Formats: sequence, C-alpha cells, structure tokens
Amino acid sequence: MSDVTALHPGDTGLSVATGRTEALTGIAAGLAWLLAAVAAAAFDDLGDWLETQNYAIGVGVFGLSFIVLGLTGRWFPRGAAWVTRAGPWLIALGLVLTLWQLAAAKLGWLPQPFFPPPQGILEVYTFEYEELASHFLASFRLLAVGFVIGTIAGFLVGVSIGWSHKAGYWVHPVLRFIGPLPATSLLPIVFFAFPSSWSASIFLIALAAGFPVAVLTWSGVANVNTAYYDVARTLGVKPLGLIFKVAIPAALPNVFIGLFMALGAAFSALMVAELVGVKAGIGFYIQWSQGWASYANVYAALILLALLCSGSITLLFRIRDRLLSWQKGLVKW
Amino acid sequence: MVAVELRPEQPAASAGASLDIENVSHAFDLDGSVLRVLDSVSLNVEPGEFVALLGPSGCGKSTLLRLIAGLEPPRAGQLRENGQPITGPHPSRVVVFQDPTLFPWRTVWNNVALGPEAQGSLKQQRERVDATIDLVGLSQFAKAYPHQLSGGMAQRVALARALVNDPEILILDEPLGKLDSLTRLTMQSEIVSLWRSKGFTSILVTHDVEEALFLATRVVIFSERPARIKADFRVDLPYPRHRGDPRLAELRRESLALLGLAASW
Repeated sequence: MSDVTALHPGDTGLSVATGRTEALTGIAAGLAWLLAAVAAAAFDDLGDWLETQNYAIGVGVFGLSFIVLGLTGRWFPRGAAWVTRAGPWLIALGLVLTLWQLAAAKLGWLPQPFFPPPQGILEVYTFEYEELASHFLASFRLLAVGFVIGTIAGFLVGVSIGWSHKAGYWVHPVLRFIGPLPATSLLPIVFFAFPSSWSASIFLIALAAGFPVAVLTWSGVANVNTAYYDVARTLGVKPLGLIFKVAIPAALPNVFIGLFMALGAAFSALMVAELVGVKAGIGFYIQWSQGWASYANVYAALILLALLCSGSITLLFRIRDRLLSWQKGLVKW
Repeated sequence: MVAVELRPEQPAASAGASLDIENVSHAFDLDGSVLRVLDSVSLNVEPGEFVALLGPSGCGKSTLLRLIAGLEPPRAGQLRENGQPITGPHPSRVVVFQDPTLFPWRTVWNNVALGPEAQGSLKQQRERVDATIDLVGLSQFAKAYPHQLSGGMAQRVALARALVNDPEILILDEPLGKLDSLTRLTMQSEIVSLWRSKGFTSILVTHDVEEALFLATRVVIFSERPARIKADFRVDLPYPRHRGDPRLAELRRESLALLGLAASW
C-alpha cells in the first residue's frame, strides 16, 4: 500500500482534496451570486426599472444552486465537476454583476440611459420577447439563406476553376477582380438592381460568403497531391470519380477554412444589409432602438446577436469535426 | 466474382499477363530543354515472371513503370499487355508506390475497397475486400484511418488495395524503400509468397541489389540516364530462397560490378 502511494503520491490526496475543492468552489460561486442578488434587492433603484425584484430572485436562485451542486458532489458528480470547472468564471461573473448593479442602478456612477443595469436588460427580454424573437428569426433567415446560396455557389466555382483549365481561364480573372471588393461597397447598386431589399440583402450576404469559399476550395482542389490521382487512376477511377472521390475530399479541410471565413464576412454583410436596407432583423432593431435612446434594448439585441454568431460558428465546427474526423490536429473553437 | 484460390506450391500460371516493351523512348521537357530518360528500351516479360529493374538513382526506371501503368504515353515505341497496346491505366495493372499514398479520409477498408468501388462491383466484392485485408494481416485495423498506421502497415494496406483487383501485372515502385530494415525483410518474404500463390506478373523497381536477387526470377540492370538495358539475367534459384545462399552472394557481386560498384566489393 505504501508502495502504491509512493508511486502515485497525488492520487489519494487529490481525490479527498477534490471533494473539498468542489464544496468550497460551489460555496464561493454561490456567495458571489448571492452578493449580486443582495446588491440588487437591498437598496432602492435610482431609476425606474420594473424587474429589479425578479432579477434579484433569479440571481439568488442561481447562487443557491451553485452551493447545492458543490455540496452534493458525492451524489451528482457531474454537477459538482461542472461547478468546479466553471467556478472561477462563476465567481468573477457574480462579482461583475454586483459591481455593475451598484454602479448603474444604486450609486449612479454610470450615466443613464447609456449603461443600463442588468435588470434593465432583463426587462427588455420579459416585455419585448415577441418582437425580439421575430427580429432574431428575420436575421437568422437572412443569414442562413444568403450563406447557403453563397457558399454553394462559391464551392462550385472553386471546384470548377481548380479542376478545369477552361473554367479557370474565364472565371479566375473575374473572381480576382470582384472577389476582394467589400460586398457592402455594392450597396448603392444592389438596392436598385434587385426587386426587393430582401433579395438585395441575400445577394450581398451570398457574395460576401461566396468569395472566401471559392478561393479556398480552388486552392484546395489545385493543391491535391498528384500521387492520389495516379493511384486512383490505376485503380480504374474515372474522371468524374476523381473529382468526387479524390479532389473534393482532399480539399475539404481547406473548404472548411473558407466556410469559417465566409461566416465572418456574412455577419458583417448581414449587419450592413439590416442597417441600410431590410426593415427587420437584429441589426435593424439595434439601430431603431438607438434612435429611441433605448440602450437597454440595444444591449439585449447585441447579446442575441452574439449568440447567433457564436452559435453559427459552433455549429460549423461541429459539422467539420464530423466530416473531418480522419484528420489530425484540427483548429480548435 | 472469382474465388481466391491459394495454391502455395505451384504458381497459377493463368493469372499473369505477358508484357512487351518495344523500342520505348521517353523524355521530359524541362524549361525548354529536353531531358531524355529512356532510350529505346525493349523487354519481353513472360506471364508470371518476377522482373526486378535495377539501376542508378534517377535513371528512369520509375518512368518506365509509369508507362507500363499507362499513366503516361511513351514518346516513341510501344507497350503491350497480352499483345494488346497499353493506352491508359487499367486495374489489371496496379501500382504500389514508394509512398503508400493511402487516401487519408478513407478507412483502411474503404481504401482497399476503392478499386471494386470504381468498377461498380463493390456489392459483390465485399467479402473479397475483407479477405484481402486479412491476407496482409490487418483485419483488426479495417476501421482505422491511415494516420493511425505505422509505415509498414500502411504499405501493407497499399498492397492489399492493389491485390484486391486481382491484377495481372503488379507494378512495384520501390515499395519497401522507406521501411525499416526488419519490416522490409518481412515484407519481402510476404511479397514472394503472394506472388507465388497468385501467379501474377511482377515488375519491381528497387535500389537494393539484395532485394532484387531475393525476390525476382530475372534481373534487368539499367545504365545511367537516359536508361538503356545494360544486363538482363535470370536468378536461377528455387523459392523459398535463403539470404545466405552463396549463389546469391556471387550474383550480388556481379550485379554491383555492372552498376559500377565493383571496387567496393
């Protein structure tokens, strides 16, 4: 027994310490959030916010549940593990919420209405969730349709100029000339060239997303190790098979880098399209709220937008991890 | 589907094809100048022969293999398989390259299955794919991806990928060149027993004189570029051969002399 502990001196000590660490982290995180709740509930607001009480209750419930998770690690190890891992972040968030609460709502350090307290943002979600949801869906629809059309077109262009010299001869110069142009610079033309501002926006987003996909697909297809083609040809693979069984799978890692860049470009194009053209969507909502000086609505919408963008990238990386599971050392997200 | 019948003692004479290389010359254009790599090479290979091509590095042996595989047409001369002119690649002539060149996005099984898949006969040949992976001893790794394999295992997969097509001519372009010496010796014996059991014609390019003498029924020695045939002799030893055979040592000395290395031996 002593031999074992000598070989693994940390093992037993660590597991005991982990139980205590879990409990302590849970309690610390819980106290930080309870502090945020007390800060909200104990003093009167300087302004007129409707959700202060509900906010305090909500934050307090979170704080209590962190404590419970930390203390019940013996029965729910996954919950405790989560609290331990997220602990430092939870503590920091609790303290930030407290400070924010005091600075914005209680002490008046932050000028209103530019920096609303958390309950001000919560109020937007509880009172305007229907409107927010409809704008969110409008943005999502615009982004999804534009991105899918653009990336499919970009992929087809990339494969064709990577594969066929004739296609390369005609399409490559056009791609080089128009591709680097910021899609948004075409705004003045696009909005009268298209029948509706919606189709114009789709075009802008598709153009922005298509370019990086086309370039990276093309370079992926063009740089496939020629030995792969030799092997496939001696095994009797026909030209069409060479495209689908060799060129495209070999280019896929590149294609996904292109898709990642395309998402970023599509977000920018989406915002511009919504700020200038379409009368719906998160971007439009942000601008409209700013016009009314409802900054709480701006923050609420920004948070939704961040979720949309981050969620899209996460989804893309999930798909990539599925498709490229054969690859080593993937880029992390 | 043709059942794989293993007859270890006598080669299945019907499986191999004859190969006729007649006055083949080839050259590459390099920045305006012409690099001649093959100079009227003629060689007749009988069905079921195992011919090793030896020669100095960069003399054009591998180019000759590409012509036999049909990956490129020769500048002059003609190549014929069983009397039929070679005009392009065909699964009856499969190449195993120095690099295994496995498709990294396909599992071992799917790499081996590519040939039947391209012929549209994968449905009938699934068991054959399994059997061939088994033949090279990798059935446990059928679902592995190439990056999970060692160099020797990857080359075995490349061998299985070639053999599953039941080639009449197996073209080996220094297939063991990058393996460690132990794996190399093991795989030399494996190649001999596969060739003896299946009876295909084998064309092997190698730098290794011992490998050529251990494996082949016939050794062809090439000159410096542009390659010309300098010597062509039979290795009149029965299989399985012994690496310590004095006759092999004698042939080795002669071969090295033909390659211009007599002084070191």
